[in-house]
Amino acid sequence: MGEGTFPIPHETGAGIAAAGGKGTYLEVIHSWIVTVDHKKLGIMYIVYALLFLVVAGVEALLMRIQLAAPNLTFLSPQTFNRMFTMHGTTMVFLVGMMILFGLGNYLIPLMIGARDMAFPRLNAFSFWMSALAGVFLYFSFIGGNGLAGTGTAPDVGWFAYAPLTERAFSPGHTIDYWTVSLLANGIGSIGTSINILATVFCMRCKGMTLLRMPLLAWLYATMSFLTLVTISPLTAAQAMLMIDRYLGGHFFDTQAGGSAILWAHFFWIFGHPEVYVLVLPVFGMVSEIIPVFSRKAIFGYPAMVAASVCIAFISLGVWAHHMFTIGMTSVGNAFFTLSTMLVSVPTGIKIFNWLATLWGGKIRFQSPMLFAIGFLFQFLIAGLTGIMLSVSAWDWQLHNSYFVVAHFHYVLVGGIVFMLFSALYYWYPKMTGRMMSEGLAKWHFWLMLSGFHMTFDLMHIPGLLGMPRWIYTYEANRGWGTLNMLVSIGGFIQGVAVLIFVYNMVRSYFKGAIAGPDPWDAWTLEWSTASPPPAYNFAVDPEVGSRRPLWDIKHPEDMDSAFE
Amino acid sequence: MLPRTAAAFSPTSIFSTQSTPARQVNELSFFVLGISAAIFLAVSLLLAYALVKFRARSTDTAEPPQVFGSTQIELSWTIIPILIVTVLFLGTARVLFSVQDMPKPASALDVTAVGHQYWWEFRYPQYNITAANELHIPVGQGTTGRTTFLKLTSADVIHSFWIPQLGGKTDMLPNRVNEMWLDPKTPGVYLGQCAQFCGAQHAKMLLTVYVDTPEQFASWIAAQQKPVAELANGGAAAGAGPALASPVPVAGAGNPAGDAIDALTGQKVFEQQACINCHAVSGTMANGRFGPDLTHLMSRKSLASCAMANTPENLKAWIADPSQFKPGCLMPAMHLTDRQNAQITAYLQTLK
Repeated sequence: MGEGTFPIPHETGAGIAAAGGKGTYLEVIHSWIVTVDHKKLGIMYIVYALLFLVVAGVEALLMRIQLAAPNLTFLSPQTFNRMFTMHGTTMVFLVGMMILFGLGNYLIPLMIGARDMAFPRLNAFSFWMSALAGVFLYFSFIGGNGLAGTGTAPDVGWFAYAPLTERAFSPGHTIDYWTVSLLANGIGSIGTSINILATVFCMRCKGMTLLRMPLLAWLYATMSFLTLVTISPLTAAQAMLMIDRYLGGHFFDTQAGGSAILWAHFFWIFGHPEVYVLVLPVFGMVSEIIPVFSRKAIFGYPAMVAASVCIAFISLGVWAHHMFTIGMTSVGNAFFTLSTMLVSVPTGIKIFNWLATLWGGKIRFQSPMLFAIGFLFQFLIAGLTGIMLSVSAWDWQLHNSYFVVAHFHYVLVGGIVFMLFSALYYWYPKMTGRMMSEGLAKWHFWLMLSGFHMTFDLMHIPGLLGMPRWIYTYEANRGWGTLNMLVSIGGFIQGVAVLIFVYNMVRSYFKGAIAGPDPWDAWTLEWSTASPPPAYNFAVDPEVGSRRPLWDIKHPEDMDSAFE
Repeated sequence: MLPRTAAAFSPTSIFSTQSTPARQVNELSFFVLGISAAIFLAVSLLLAYALVKFRARSTDTAEPPQVFGSTQIELSWTIIPILIVTVLFLGTARVLFSVQDMPKPASALDVTAVGHQYWWEFRYPQYNITAANELHIPVGQGTTGRTTFLKLTSADVIHSFWIPQLGGKTDMLPNRVNEMWLDPKTPGVYLGQCAQFCGAQHAKMLLTVYVDTPEQFASWIAAQQKPVAELANGGAAAGAGPALASPVPVAGAGNPAGDAIDALTGQKVFEQQACINCHAVSGTMANGRFGPDLTHLMSRKSLASCAMANTPENLKAWIADPSQFKPGCLMPAMHLTDRQNAQITAYLQTLK
């Protein structure tokens, strides 16, 4: 490894000096709009996603008010249906996808020692396409029935089963906004996926072989591959739906001999791998954060890589477990039971390797680690309820009930959102140069944890007691009232926690302690440059000799490269 | 024991099983729950132990020994989960095939259930009757038991038929027929509702199943097979003469103005308004198929797909403006006068 490459905390670079002062507001805004810098684009993705996180959170809380007791009339049925459709679509496409692409954009070049993504202009194009998707989707509130009429958002659920989306059942233009929004978002996702793959495979610094890459880069590459494969059927299905609606097609038009099941297949062959698209990058973040705060190298790196790729492949063959009640043959049901259960094997390997990384370490309970531990515990439970749902015969009872809602929120909130908080606490100092308040972070963590468990642990029970999804109200005699009240209260506790987080982010930006280049005593390349990194990332191209280049510098007597 | 506790909480608990498919699934679910609980306990105890045991002490700043992995350990936590998956899969397959591929007994009762936005149609081809929203089936177990086989389909969008105590759900799809079977153990009332989002009133697409003793079921069938009760003077009930041909004075006998609030006038109003485009009353000229069959409306305990009790007041208010109770439902307010509503209600009261 090159002498003098690390660390480079001192900002003597000519670039910074040349950039001069901050300029006027217009100049600043202009610089963000025309930027092709992966770091600025990454931050824009993240801020955009956090904005929609708050919007979708408000939608969820409106629904929780409506469901707090039986037979409430806080929301009209139509409004409630719009809320769950918008909440689901927003969280998956505008929050989940965008914040993950944002973190990936920001981190991958820094972690593999590159100066930018492989295709910076494509990167900017992809961001603006994805951002346009949010505009399309939310414009439906104004323009859903055409500008003259009252606006209405789509109200068919986030997976929009045909033939409810056909013009016979959904007149007006709400479905069109939904479709166009997903098409635009899909183009952005495909662009970024190509970009990430090209970056990971072509832009690594000297010495960084594939098996020396940070696991985060591996998982983003896997996720990008999966995105390329799965966005295509979704896009195809959207095009077919538009052909049905405007060009007289009959793909899903059951009144003219079309097939309702066809849409379900198209949607879920996208929709199930989509869950892994969202969770794989998060696995990458866990695999970076847990070692640093346990002070140990990741346990079983090659097994982690193999398990990730394995999960991606298996996840392409499990989609019909969303369709156990749709009337498949018993052999079909058995096949998808087995394939779904098999996902638990590589996922289990990951959980055990994280546990083994903790084992024998010296665990520091700082805010990123707290959220990572929350992730581990909750992801374990989410995996186990997932196995229950894969038991197809039992799924006939559980399918489309609140048990399923609780299960996938365990994955998405208990797993992914918790880990995103962890990642933001961990990399915020790198992005802004300032630390976030650890005191507020602890408030955030404990409130989030208690609110989360109050909401989503209890939410399993109404499902077991026969409560289906998507209902805007329920009968008093069903015995679901008390549980739903507690679930709603938990939801508001989580809302307060997220507000504390947002406040912490804003406050720390102006008042946080100066972070320095390496506040967590970490080992990957992004911590070898200044915080925030200069536009060119590294003054000198880094060169690495192991998976933990900064460990090698800090411990010349015990270098990793000696073992590889 | 547990089913009884669960039933105390809710009449729709999946643990308080009352028929064979539900019971088999329930036994499987306890098996899976047991294995899951064991895994959960083992892993979360390991996690808790690691967090306490390996926490950093402030006095000790040296880095811990670095361990990079172990092939033997990786193999063990690959192979053990594969064995667990095998066990779970075999257990599932057993129940899956036994429930889904159960051969249909010759004595089975056939019911064709059709989902509509937002109500249920039940046809009994063996008895040539059509009912709505309240499904009557006989007890399925014991010496006099008779299994019910349902053919499920839909008239519009996807719905899903679900009575948690009697069995898992099966979707109702347009252009397709799915099947499921039930053999309820004890007579009683079982609740459920549509389990696939089907539009604005998905939440109020409720469903009630009456499980009858063989005698009750036979008498229910007999009552449903009866033609509609003939009103005074024969009315328009006779199928032979179309209502247009029946002389007006007969229908409104003793009341030339036709504004009496009685069943006879009500029938005339019913048949002159758009009601008959959607609703059928067998034996009369009303033969619409879009809405529920009203031939034996008064034999049902509820209105609007089990969303409200079948009382004369509710019936009249429902006819006046259905969207007041179920906003977004497909039955329009017909803008009838209060008198006309009362007349139609009086007529419908005779459809026993």
